Amino acid sequence: MNIDATDRRIIAATSGGLPLAPAPFAEVANWLGLSEDEVLARVAAMQAAGVIRRIAVAPNHYALGMVANGMSVWDVDDAQVDLLGPKVGALDFVSHCYRRPRALPGWPYNLFAMLHGSTREEVAAKRETVAALLGPACRGHDILYSTRILKKTGMRLSGEG
Amino acid sequence: MRRAPLPPDTLDATDRAVLNRLQEGLPITHRPFAEAAESLSLSEAELIDRIARLREIGAITRFGPFYDAEAMGGAFCLCAMEVPPARFEEVVTLVNALPEVAHNYERTHRLNMWFVLACEKPDGVTRAAQRIERETGLKVLCFPKEKEFFIGFRVTA
Repeated sequence: MNIDATDRRIIAATSGGLPLAPAPFAEVANWLGLSEDEVLARVAAMQAAGVIRRIAVAPNHYALGMVANGMSVWDVDDAQVDLLGPKVGALDFVSHCYRRPRALPGWPYNLFAMLHGSTREEVAAKRETVAALLGPACRGHDILYSTRILKKTGMRLSGEG
Repeated sequence: MRRAPLPPDTLDATDRAVLNRLQEGLPITHRPFAEAAESLSLSEAELIDRIARLREIGAITRFGPFYDAEAMGGAFCLCAMEVPPARFEEVVTLVNALPEVAHNYERTHRLNMWFVLACEKPDGVTRAAQRIERETGLKVLCFPKEKEFFIGFRVTA
């Protein structure tokens, strides 16, 4: 999709979130000197094109008790990773699951799956579930826990083309 | 951002229903909250107040559009660095100073700093990674997404 300058202004104005008001798109329109109908049409077009995944709340996993979040990484046979990846992604404790390139020699892992739970013991048990699912196609795995959030911002756009 | 769990009785059943429902997405209409409120048996004003309170107490981090940088012609890339512990805070400052760094986490591994670069143009990732290498003198490993198997986790509150 081609994003024009007006779309960019809408994105920049809403990247921190929408106003909590009965007619939030009218408020955004007001900030930008546009009509509400134009903002609605542009936001709908961006959602249809996949530029906007959805308009929703982002829950804080930590506040909701999911304080142990591990990035599990797996060295999976290249011939089988595309078959097994969706099965790992379908587990209800996996939030994101991607295939990524290895960085040899130090990093042999090509499948990344974020595992969530309330304790590290719980996450470790979930890691075993993933290991069992991958079976002999997996040659090695590791898990990296986050110990500190160093930065977390929404995507920033400069507003320029 | 709040990293501690909320005390057990902070959220009532309605808060939990709001959290579960509003992860699914709101319609793009003149009164989006009114439609969602109806499915929750709340008034529009009650729903807006609930969301505001959930944000205030840190149960949600934001409310609004989730943008996909790649669909806009931009690019995301997960990157990692092995930062000597003695230099960690200095390197955090250098890395976080780049506006392209959207998230940055300290992790338990030899590769102890993991961050996401979010750029408007694909070549922005390479340029940002090279700039971090120049400014820190450390190697940046890039792990671009080759295939997405799943995204869209919902937390059951």
